[in-house]
Amino acid sequence: MKALVAVKRVIDYNVKIRVKADKTGVETANVKMSMNPFDEIAVEEALRLREAGIVSEIIVVSLGVAQCQETIRTALAMGADRGILVETNAELQPLAVAKLLKAVILQENPEIVIIGKQAIDDDCNQTGQMLSALLGWPQATFASKIKISDGHAEVTREVDGGLETVAIKLPAVITTDLRLNEPRYASLPNIMKAKKKPIAPTTPEALGVDVTPRLVVLKVEEPAKRQGGHKVGSVAELVDKLKTEARVI
Amino acid sequence: MSALVVAEHDNAALKPATLNAVAAATKIAGQDVDILVAGKGCRAVAEVVAKIAGVRKVLLADDAAYDHGLAENVAPLVVKLAESHSHLLAPATTSGKNFMPRVAALLDVMQISDISAVVSPDTFVRPIYAGNALQTVQSKDPIKVITVRGTAFPPGDATGGSAAIETVASTGPAGLSEFLRAELSKSERPELTSARIIISGGRGMQSGDNFHLLEKVADILGAAVGASRAAVDAGFVPNDYQVGQTGKIVAPELYIAVGISGAIQHLAGMKDSKVIVAINKDEEAPIFQIADYGLVGDLFKILPELEAELERSQ
Repeated sequence: MKALVAVKRVIDYNVKIRVKADKTGVETANVKMSMNPFDEIAVEEALRLREAGIVSEIIVVSLGVAQCQETIRTALAMGADRGILVETNAELQPLAVAKLLKAVILQENPEIVIIGKQAIDDDCNQTGQMLSALLGWPQATFASKIKISDGHAEVTREVDGGLETVAIKLPAVITTDLRLNEPRYASLPNIMKAKKKPIAPTTPEALGVDVTPRLVVLKVEEPAKRQGGHKVGSVAELVDKLKTEARVI
Repeated sequence: MSALVVAEHDNAALKPATLNAVAAATKIAGQDVDILVAGKGCRAVAEVVAKIAGVRKVLLADDAAYDHGLAENVAPLVVKLAESHSHLLAPATTSGKNFMPRVAALLDVMQISDISAVVSPDTFVRPIYAGNALQTVQSKDPIKVITVRGTAFPPGDATGGSAAIETVASTGPAGLSEFLRAELSKSERPELTSARIIISGGRGMQSGDNFHLLEKVADILGAAVGASRAAVDAGFVPNDYQVGQTGKIVAPELYIAVGISGAIQHLAGMKDSKVIVAINKDEEAPIFQIADYGLVGDLFKILPELEAELERSQ
């Protein structure tokens, strides 16, 4: 079966972000960009399913500016087979991304779609769920274990109380949580090979999707700074301060 | 304008996060707040919900299809009830995060995720980049689908109301998914997201066994026990202990971080705590920059001392 993985280009998780002085957003110029960490886990899971003989081909899709091609190349270097770039300079919100992915999926007919549970930039945690709703497919979010057999997936999910296991019919959308796997690093030969793998370009217009944002960002601000940094010298002093100064115990 | 809050529960008891979502709904729709209780054999929950102050009406959907809150089954029900509501809200828990975007997509609207403030009925504040920036967004959609960050909205009164309970018809099973089993952590200690005091351990704890040092302190303080991602990834404790950007968001009165360096992803989950204590042997650890009280030293020496000192002073 074919697997489709969507990957998002985000500010690298190690970068301390800066809010723009005019409050229109977050500074992205000259900032290191990487693949959303949850999407790396999605790519890795697809690779493992291919290695297990369950998946035959892995298609990687990214949506956004031309540089998203680099994010696709990263996935191809990890081992994915080919890429699709939905190129646009427009702001893409999760509903629009889900509609674009749906359009791509109707052309490609994958049986399993794996994507990160959330992007670490907007922290929305929506796209996978929206995509499965638009397709009328089942969803298994926050996956920490995936077992595929006979047109079904048995997925263990990380939930607030612990773990939950569901069975879903394929085709389905699965979103990844942190403990699903540890993504591999691309080897140098594979990075070289990835340069020759095809990336098909398309656009929201070609896919017939209106991507007009539904949420208007009025402003982006820095949160109030926490005043910390005080040290205490001993356990006795700590307990005393918590009792008499902070009055929390 | 009226709001519908989807209650979170396990068919027996209401989850406290529902009260935070009701508080947010009240800020939007005032007295016109209804609550949906969908589950199997969950009338007892509906009766509890009916007593929440300020609730206008309780909608009870009691059907096997809603037993485990499967998103494929719950979403069509919420979509149906959206006809008579301008705002749909759920707590931003793993449950709300699971079915609400499905609801939004079926209604062809954007979800407004994890709101931390209500500016007006169509404008909300939400944290982005692990809480390192706050975004104010205005929704252009006719129906607002919202998940609520519990720590940002103090819970309303759980009693004082006497709303009527109205039964709503089931939309039935979608036939796409099936619940198989749950392995839920059992603990006598308070739940992380509603605990008044939390003590969390990180990589510095070195093993799962060493968490008993934290548990002893937790039991004296009546605290919940949490962990950083590093401690969960290392297998010291289960996933439901994780506090952080993609784990649980907490804001207790007292948060004690032990052997946690303070990666931004962890800070994202706890930096709104009222008082933060950090115990770490590395005095350069970033956690100290946001801690109200930092104690530099070996946690294996400090924790038994802390336990003894707390016992002595109780």
